[in-house]
Amino acid sequence: MPIKSLLSWFQPLAASASAAAARLRVPEPAPPAAPPYAAGAGAGASASVAAPDSQPAAGLGLRLHNLTLGYERHPAVHHLSLFCPAGSKLAIVGPNGAGKSTLLRALAGQLRPLTGRIDGLAGQRVAYLPQTPQIDRSFPVTVLDMVQYGLWHQSGALGRWSAAQRQRCLEALASVGLQGFERRTIDTLSGGQFQRALFARLILQDADLLLLDEPFAAVDEGTTLDLLQLLERWSAAGKTVLVVLHDLSLVRRHFAHTLLLAREPIAFGATAAVLTPANLRRAMNMREAFDEGAPWCEAEAEPAVHGHHVHEHAHEHAHGDSHRHEEHGSGHSAQPSRSQVQAAPARAAGVL
Amino acid sequence: MAALAWLEPLWAFSFMQRALLGCVLLSLSAAPVGVFLMLRRMSLTGDAMAHAILPGAAVGFLISGLSLGAMTLGGIVAGLVVAVASGLVARSTVLREDTSLAAFYLLSLALGVLIISTYGSQVDLLHVLFGTVLALDDAALALLLGIALITLLAMRLLYRALVLECLDPDFLRAHSPRWSALAHYGFLVLVVINLVAGFHALGTLMAVAIMVLPAAAARFWVRRIGSLLWLAPALALVCCVAGLLLSYHADWPTSPAIVIALGALWLLSMILGRFGVWRQRSVSAVHLKG
Repeated sequence: MPIKSLLSWFQPLAASASAAAARLRVPEPAPPAAPPYAAGAGAGASASVAAPDSQPAAGLGLRLHNLTLGYERHPAVHHLSLFCPAGSKLAIVGPNGAGKSTLLRALAGQLRPLTGRIDGLAGQRVAYLPQTPQIDRSFPVTVLDMVQYGLWHQSGALGRWSAAQRQRCLEALASVGLQGFERRTIDTLSGGQFQRALFARLILQDADLLLLDEPFAAVDEGTTLDLLQLLERWSAAGKTVLVVLHDLSLVRRHFAHTLLLAREPIAFGATAAVLTPANLRRAMNMREAFDEGAPWCEAEAEPAVHGHHVHEHAHEHAHGDSHRHEEHGSGHSAQPSRSQVQAAPARAAGVL
Repeated sequence: MAALAWLEPLWAFSFMQRALLGCVLLSLSAAPVGVFLMLRRMSLTGDAMAHAILPGAAVGFLISGLSLGAMTLGGIVAGLVVAVASGLVARSTVLREDTSLAAFYLLSLALGVLIISTYGSQVDLLHVLFGTVLALDDAALALLLGIALITLLAMRLLYRALVLECLDPDFLRAHSPRWSALAHYGFLVLVVINLVAGFHALGTLMAVAIMVLPAAAARFWVRRIGSLLWLAPALALVCCVAGLLLSYHADWPTSPAIVIALGALWLLSMILGRFGVWRQRSVSAVHLKG
């Protein structure tokens, strides 16, 4: 793809991103301890990226408190604390088995946390697009039928589809480049076309929190760019979008914020500061298999402690102006004095 | 004229009229259920459930003889217990539905055989095994009518949830766990009551035929689910009539004759149907421009 067209594509993105940032500033008075991303793991100083607890409220964002997820008590995501304000667009990256999909499953309500909790889901409509959705693609329904199910929250199991709803479905199909496909049965679609049809359904679901697991795996480049633009519009409209991705160059180009996960959270914050060679090396050092004889996790009882006092100065992207340097002397919960604890390097050494 | 004479027994005898009415009701209710059974890849599940019904019907038969009510009730209870229990196991443990169902129906079958061989004779059980479509009394017809009405109404209400439960069960569960469970268990109930309806006419061994075979045959002619739901009952009805006449003229037992008619139609459809072997093979070598 020519650089120029890529750059020209960037323009509207940056514009809408700063629009999102502007919108984020609106609530008055500006909450003093509400950075758009309560982050802090710039150079691997801390594994636990946490926000001050002073934030209120469902509807304003997604907050994970010392979340540990896993299977048969083995952690797949270990002591993760973070805060995403509404309207965030966050990339989640990490090696295989890092717990990315597990995190999305938990957010979608399909997996109960081992410890910790998730705030900000109450009353929110969540749309989850799994990595390999268990969809029977040989089932004889048309593309339009399948996409219409995105309107389930309006019409339920019994309501009639109105002409207006039908029109919205057709528009959703058109916006993913599938006009003319509505009468075809879904078994005639290619893998990428089917993925686009699923995106059309996502559009209609009109969810507040979107969880997308490797959504561009089978999608061609042009469509990927279209869909990324769609994500940007969702984010600008105040929807929180979490996307698991493997293509780091895609993340660098299109995502302002990234969570690097390797079972432990390695880093979280501005993409440029997260995807550093040092951080990526640490992520790759994760041992993939569970340790069958693992002892109890010592950190279990303690809340994730705020790491170093890391102020990020590195990032200069569109969101930058909305970052406020947090006053987190109060720390996480009642243990402010532990702020020097750096658990991560010790754990990493244990892994090696 | 000769053809008309061949058809004449259908309205000449009252037992044939009753059999015809029973077949119409059964085709209308069981064939659409069979379409979903096929699309959910549960055709063999239907067969297993038919076996699970047998002991329940047998117990009913042992308790109160060849009484319609007792056998129906016994069959429905046994079928539902097996269906719901296997559904519960499938949803809450690592076992898939097919395995848990197999386990439960084998248990149920063994239990039935144990009861029969301990307490009863097996003579009249031939009625249960092979049905009595030529001896449907008023009560049996009323039962078939009731089951057909319940089935059609339930299919109408459950349609959207049922399609989504087949197409993308996780999506439905995320949106509405209630409808997901309703579609799942409601459908199993429909399968069970239609199998019980089928066993009065065709017997437990062949009741599942009128569900599975018309749906399978229809799949060779049409592609969309709406069309399948219309075509399958129509095919079922045609085959039932053909089977009845075949049985009358050739003096064959009725339920095998009906099943053979259904099977013959399925074979023909497989060969000649729009999506059958022949037409798919002989697609023109000239391809389209776009």
